[in-house]
Amino acid sequence: MSCSTRHPAKLTVAAAADLNFAMEEVARQYRATHPDVELAIAYGSSGNFHAQIRNGAPFDIFLSADIDYARRLATSPADVFPYAEGRIVVWVPGGSPLDPATALRAPTLRRLAIANPDHAPYGRAALTALRGMGLYDTLRPKLVLGENIAQTFQFVQSGAADAGIVALSLALAPKAKGTGVYWEIPHSLYPRLEQGGLILKDSPAARDFRALLLSGAGRGILERYGFALPAAAAGGY
Amino acid sequence: MDWQAIALSLRLATVTTAILLLVGLPIAYWLTFSPRRWKFLVEAVVALPLVLPPTVLGFYVLIAIGPRSPIGALYSRLTGGLLPFSFEGLLLASVLYSLPFMVQPVAAAFAAVDRKFLEASWCLGIAPGATFRRVLVPLALPGIATGAILSFAHTLGEFGVVLMVGGNIAGVTRTVSISIYDQVQSLDYAAASETSLFLLAVSFLVLALTYALQRRILSVWPAN
Repeated sequence: MSCSTRHPAKLTVAAAADLNFAMEEVARQYRATHPDVELAIAYGSSGNFHAQIRNGAPFDIFLSADIDYARRLATSPADVFPYAEGRIVVWVPGGSPLDPATALRAPTLRRLAIANPDHAPYGRAALTALRGMGLYDTLRPKLVLGENIAQTFQFVQSGAADAGIVALSLALAPKAKGTGVYWEIPHSLYPRLEQGGLILKDSPAARDFRALLLSGAGRGILERYGFALPAAAAGGY
Repeated sequence: MDWQAIALSLRLATVTTAILLLVGLPIAYWLTFSPRRWKFLVEAVVALPLVLPPTVLGFYVLIAIGPRSPIGALYSRLTGGLLPFSFEGLLLASVLYSLPFMVQPVAAAFAAVDRKFLEASWCLGIAPGATFRRVLVPLALPGIATGAILSFAHTLGEFGVVLMVGGNIAGVTRTVSISIYDQVQSLDYAAASETSLFLLAVSFLVLALTYALQRRILSVWPAN
């Protein structure tokens, strides 16, 4: 008896929290062209995924918000592919008297949410930008730290914090549109937020996913969701 | 090791337990002795934190104490401060979260007290309040101690609720479990395991004490 029926391939992706909405669209395109692949995406903090993958978590692809975490897991640095760069904005909920462009200097600002700079790349960028604007010392007692950038955004959306420094990708997310206003922080004020991915378990399905993400279509989706594109991602794969 | 976080957690657990003793004992008394038929509804509400994920509780608490809610607005008007991301906000969440850990053992202990002692006290003309203090509480002391220890330990190990409402402010809302989480996130696995080991040891001691009390190896009242 021969075993001729092909088992559907499974592809599990661990994706950084800021990819939440963009990745759904990438996934939709991937599923359309790969009906035989069962694609599952888990969103979370890149630091968590790093610890889980080191301890044998069965992910096929890791899309880290910090390219450094992907590099630490790679056997060779050449395996890591940069796929996007994050941008940060000041976001205030709709109906707030604060103007996002001046909110950081407003005396009425009581709580400013940023991601935890100890481990979240968006938090580090926010901190560098605050220092660059000379506002860190005044704002330090007002800071509340989100566990990741999505929770930071939730702190502001719920009204518990007056303003937040969040990822542009979240401010542009379909569910966030119209709920608030944002001001983009000048790129010169923070280091590049390079995001990098890594194939953990090689398979044709995994390589196709990487190819889609780095293709014109994938890059178009990422750009629409507020990511900048890394120059290095242009070729190679 | 993050001693600031450990100190904060101990303070939070102590104050939470103290408040729960004040709030939990009357609730347990009412649940044990009230003739009301609908008291099962109150029992269910008190037990909710046992089954609800801490994220649900934390999410609701954050919205309930935020400046847009009536509670948050009232607090802001009265004190000028904000409840979310403050020690007081965390305290409120912890009291709700650990309520069943106080009420259930105490209610069980109250129910186990022989009614004859209470009735004798009432018949001798002692007021219900004094009977509660001088007869019921002393007889139910092991159960009350169990409730207090469990509330303390449960608050010490609280994570999800703190993550949802805390905002991770050092010395104010960064408890020991959050600190461990941060250390793991920063890939500082050595520090994380050190603090985890400390928490494991404390939790074991607390639970060992509880079970010792329950077996009455340690007597909580003076021998006579």
